[in-house]
Amino acid sequence: MRLIFTVCGFIAIAFVLLISVYLILSGLPAIKEVGLFEFLFGTRWDSTNKTDPAYGILPFILTSVWGTCGAIVLGVPVGILTAVFLARVAPPKLAAAVRPAVDLLAGIPSVVYGLVGMMVLVPAIKDIFDLKAGDSLLAAILVLAVMILPSIISVSETALKAVPKEYTEGSLALGATELETSFKVILPAARSGVAASVVLGVGRAIGEAMAILMVAGNSPNMPGLFKSVKFLTTAIASEMSYASVGSLQRNALYSIGLVLFVFIMLINVLLNMILKKDKE
Amino acid sequence: MQTTATTPLETRGLSGRRRAWHTVVRAAMYLSAAFTCALALGLIGYILWRGVPGLSWEFLTTQESILKGTDGILPAIQNTIYVILVTLVIVLPLGVGAAVYLTEYATNRRLTETIEFATETLAGIPSILYALVGMLVFCQFCNLGTTLLAGSLTLVIMTLPTIIRTTQESLKAVPAGYREGAAGLGAGRWHMIRTIVLPCALDGIVTGCILAVGRIVGESAVLIFTAGMSTSMQNFFGNGGLVKSSGATLTVALYVYAKERYKYDNAFSVAVVLLVLTLLINLAAKAAGKRAKRKEER
Repeated sequence: MRLIFTVCGFIAIAFVLLISVYLILSGLPAIKEVGLFEFLFGTRWDSTNKTDPAYGILPFILTSVWGTCGAIVLGVPVGILTAVFLARVAPPKLAAAVRPAVDLLAGIPSVVYGLVGMMVLVPAIKDIFDLKAGDSLLAAILVLAVMILPSIISVSETALKAVPKEYTEGSLALGATELETSFKVILPAARSGVAASVVLGVGRAIGEAMAILMVAGNSPNMPGLFKSVKFLTTAIASEMSYASVGSLQRNALYSIGLVLFVFIMLINVLLNMILKKDKE
Repeated sequence: MQTTATTPLETRGLSGRRRAWHTVVRAAMYLSAAFTCALALGLIGYILWRGVPGLSWEFLTTQESILKGTDGILPAIQNTIYVILVTLVIVLPLGVGAAVYLTEYATNRRLTETIEFATETLAGIPSILYALVGMLVFCQFCNLGTTLLAGSLTLVIMTLPTIIRTTQESLKAVPAGYREGAAGLGAGRWHMIRTIVLPCALDGIVTGCILAVGRIVGESAVLIFTAGMSTSMQNFFGNGGLVKSSGATLTVALYVYAKERYKYDNAFSVAVVLLVLTLLINLAAKAAGKRAKRKEER
C-alpha cells in the first residue's frame, strides 16, 4: 500500500514536469526559427500572411500587461474597501447577505462574464465613446476587473479577520476611531494577506482567456484603450482551432504558451514568497 | 463595537483634517461596497431577465432540431455530467492517495514541501495552458482525438490540486489520539487509514469533490480544444461511444451560441442554468464544509 500512496504523492510533481517539458519542447522550435529577439520584441503579428508572415508577439505581451494593470488599478481598491467594509464595518446581518453574493460572483463561469460583457459593455462603449466597434482593450479591462473582484474581496476579508483582536482594542484605547483603527492598524497588519489577494488577482487576470476572447476584438494591434487587441491567452485561443499541425503558425502558438507559462511561474514564485513571509 | 462606526459621535471633537479623512475614507468605502452589491445584483438580474423567458422544459430535455427549428441543450447537459463523472472517478483516488501520502506516510520534509509546491503550481496554471498541454498530450500523443475523454483527462490534472488540498486539510484535522488508539490496538497503518482516518475525513473529501465539480462546470477553454464544440446528441453506448464521443459541455455550448451562431437568447438561457448550478454548488460546498467543521469540534 505504501508504494501506491507514494506513487500518488509524486503524481503532482509528475504533472508539473509533464506540463513544463511539453511546453518547453513544443515552444522552442518556433522561437528558434523566428529568433528570440524577433519573437519577443517584434511588433508585427501576421501569421496567416502567405508571402510575408510575421511572428512578433510584443503587442500581445504589452496588451496582457496593460490589461492586467488596468484590471488591478480598477479592481483592487474597490475590492479592498469592500473587504474592510464586510470584515469590520457592516452589521453582521448585512455582511452575511453580501458574502454569498460575492461567492456567487466568484463561481460564475468566465464565459458568462464574457457574454454579459459582449452584450452590455461592448455596445455601451461603442455608444459612449462614439466608436465604430466597442470591442476594445477597455472592455476587456472592465470585464477582468469585475472577474478578479470576488477573489480579492474574499481573500482580503479572511486576512483582515485573522488580525488578533488585541490590535483593535489597543488602537481604540489609544484614542483612534473605529475607522482609523480599521484602515491604519488592521489593514497594515493584514498586508501580506491582502498582497496575496492582489497577486492572485494578477494571476487570474493574466491567465483569463474565454471571457476576454469575447470582448477584446482579437486583432493583433499594439495596445490602445479603444483598439481591438489580442492578449497572450486570446492569441492562443483564437488561432488554435485552425492552425494546422506542424506549421510554424501552430508552433508559434506553443511558444506564446511558453511565454505565458514563464509569466505565471514568476507570479507563483512571488505569491509563495509573500505567503512564506506571512507564516514567519 | 461595530455599530459605533456609523454613529456621528465618533468624529466629534476631532481636528478638521482628521474629520475630512473620515468623510473621504468612509464615502469611498460605502461607495465600493455599494458598487459590489449593485454589480452582483445587476449581473444576476440581467442574466435572469434575458435568460429565463427562453427556458422551458423542452429546452432542457431535447436536442436541437433543424427540421422543427427548435433548440435544446440536453446533449450539453449529458456531456457535462459525463465529464464530471469521468474526471471525478479518476482524480479522486489520485488526489486522496496523494493527500494520504503527504499526511500519513511522508517523512521527508523537503519532499513534502516539493510536492506541496508542485500542487500550488498546478493550481496557478491558467486553463488555456492546460488546453494546450491537453491537446498535445491526450489528443495528439495518446491519439485520443478531440473527445470528451481527452477533456476529462485534462481536467483531472486541473482539479487535482483542489482535491489534494481539501483532503489534506481534513486529514490533518483528524485527532492524533484516534491514530494512536488504533495503533495501540494493533492496527497496521493501512488498516488504520482505511477504518479510522479516511472515514473521519469523509466530509472534507466531499467538500473537495464539490469544489472540483464547480471548477469543471465553469471550465470552457480546456474543453473547447480537447472535447470539441458539437452541440448535437452523442451516442454514448454505440460504436466506441464512451471513448470516442465528443461534444460541448454547457459552458462551451454557451460560447458556441454566443460567438458562432449569434443565438443570444439561447446563450443567456444556458447562462441561467449555469448560474443555478453555481449557486447549488456553493450551497452544497458550504453545507459540507460546515459538517466537516462540526465533526472537528466534536
